[in-house]
Formats: sequence, C-alpha cells, structure tokens
Amino acid sequence: MEARLWAYIDGLSDETSIIEKLLAENREWKMKYAELLEVHELMAATELEQPSLRFTKNIMEEIARYQIAPAAKEYINKKIIWGIAAFFMTMIIGFLVYGVSQVDWSEAGNSSSPIGVDLGAVDYSKMFNNSFVNGFMMMTSGS
Amino acid sequence: MHTETPDIDLIQLVLAGNQPVYAQLVEKYKNFVFTIVLRYVKGREDAEEVAQDVFIKAYRSLADFKGASKFSTWLYTITTTTSLSFLRKKQLEVHSLDNENVFAAADNLDGGMSANQVEQKSKVQMVNQAIALLSTDDAQVITLFYKGEQTLDEIAKIMGKEPNAVKVQLHRARTRLKEKMEKHFSAEVRDIY
Repeated sequence: MEARLWAYIDGLSDETSIIEKLLAENREWKMKYAELLEVHELMAATELEQPSLRFTKNIMEEIARYQIAPAAKEYINKKIIWGIAAFFMTMIIGFLVYGVSQVDWSEAGNSSSPIGVDLGAVDYSKMFNNSFVNGFMMMTSGS
Repeated sequence: MHTETPDIDLIQLVLAGNQPVYAQLVEKYKNFVFTIVLRYVKGREDAEEVAQDVFIKAYRSLADFKGASKFSTWLYTITTTTSLSFLRKKQLEVHSLDNENVFAAADNLDGGMSANQVEQKSKVQMVNQAIALLSTDDAQVITLFYKGEQTLDEIAKIMGKEPNAVKVQLHRARTRLKEKMEKHFSAEVRDIY
C-alpha cells in the first residue's frame, strides 16, 4: 500500500484513478495517505544548509588563479588514438599470420586446397624465421 | 519584472571570459551543494572546503559541460565524486545504518536537551535531524529528490545507479526516515499525526 501511495504522491503512479477511488472509499487508505502526505510535505519543507558568508568570495578568489581547461575532446590527440589502433591491428594481424603458418596443412586429409593453392607446400619457415619475428616485435614495440 | 538568466547562458558568458558571472552560478547552487556534501562529510569546516573544491572543479571543467543534462545534475555528480574522494583521502567513517555511534548520537540528541528545548524544536528541524541519522545514500536520495529538484532518472545518473534502483531506494529511505522520526522524535511525531 505504501509503495503505491508514494508513487501516487510523487505523481509517478500509473493507477491514479484506482488509488483515488480507494482513497475515497477506504478509510485505511485515506489515513495512510494523510500520514505519508504529512511526511512528504515535511521533507519538502526541510531547509538547506548554508555555507559561510565568504563562501562565494573564496571561490571567486580561488578561480581567479585558474584557467578553464579545454574540453576533453579538444586535447585528446586523434593521432595518438590512431597510433594505438594501428598498434593493436598490427599485433592481431601478425599473430593471425603466424598462427596460420603453424598449421600443418598436410594433416587436413585433403591435399587440394579450396583456394587453389597448396598451403601445405608453402615453406613458412623461410618467411617466419628469427629475423622476421625480431623485426616484427621491434616494429610493434616502436609504434 | 526580473527573470532569472538560464544556466546555459551564464555558462556561455563564463566560457567567453566573463569570469565574474560564475558567482551567479555559485550563489544559485551553493546551498544545494553544501547540503549534499554535508550528507557525506559531517564537519561543517570540512564540508565547506569540499563544497568550494566542487565549484572550483566545475569551473575548470566548464568547457566539458555540453548541456546534455541539467547543469545541476552535472554539478551534483561532481559533488558526489568529490565528496567520496575526500572521504577516501581522509578515511573518515561514513554514516551508516549499522554505525552504533549514530544511534548513540541520536539518543544524546534528546537526552542533552531540556523538555522545553525539545518542545521548541520545529518539525522541519526534526526532519533535518532525522535525515542526518540516515545512511549517506538514503540522505542523498531524499535531498536530491526533495531539494535538488532532480528526477529519478537524473538522481540515477548522479549516483551511478539504475532509475528503478533509485525508485526503490527513495521509497525505503522515506520508510526509514519515518521510522527514525518515530523512534527518536516520538513526541513531535505524535503532534504531526
């Protein structure tokens, strides 16, 4: 009952007509409503705390020393964002290529490749030797 | 007839370099901000320091306010985060429903007053004192809803919660407030009902 009455008092109820009917006909609802309304009005009447009289003056003196910072969007350099994106893309592509190179295509059971290239015949060790891996790591750590 | 300048117009003036206009925004919201800070930080001196910090932070970040929400909602979000940072820094105890000291303080509240003084307390003061006995979250949700002119959606944004959770919390906070008033201020509550 209380939850429904609070929603009605707050103007958030979607059963206004039902509650109004209950308030008109039911004494218990009417009493509870009067009780909650009293609390509601008291809360609405509460006073705000006031800071000292110098409060505003102190703030104005303080901010006189500061500049308004530029909006966050303006000082985030887009080049940095693109640099980070490029780094991760290179990493992902590099690891994908390296992963594919480790697959033993000859065990696939079907020697004929759907793309017309015999992937099992490619000697990946020539492409992914120590120099390549070291170079790749240097490139990704440098970007 | 005097009409109040909208917040967004004042902000545009400040951003254009008219710094003294910021005083109007401070004057308008200082009591709201100070009251919310006091829900977290119990000492008035500390609360005033935190409230000033809120307005300084808001000033410095003013360019980030794009008007997507009300200025007050944006400001109260800064108020909440600044108050919590202060508490973390100082490692102060946050008022909690489980904090026995709160109840001891409430008992002393009546115990330290003469019958005559108790009679003189206004109902509004009683509600303010009862709110001070609530948990920080309960007190904040009541303050934002009743005094901060914030909707449930806006309160949810300020407190980082779902609107439905805020609705439930507001309901529970009011119930707990009523219980506190009945428990600690029974004489005045009898006068009300």
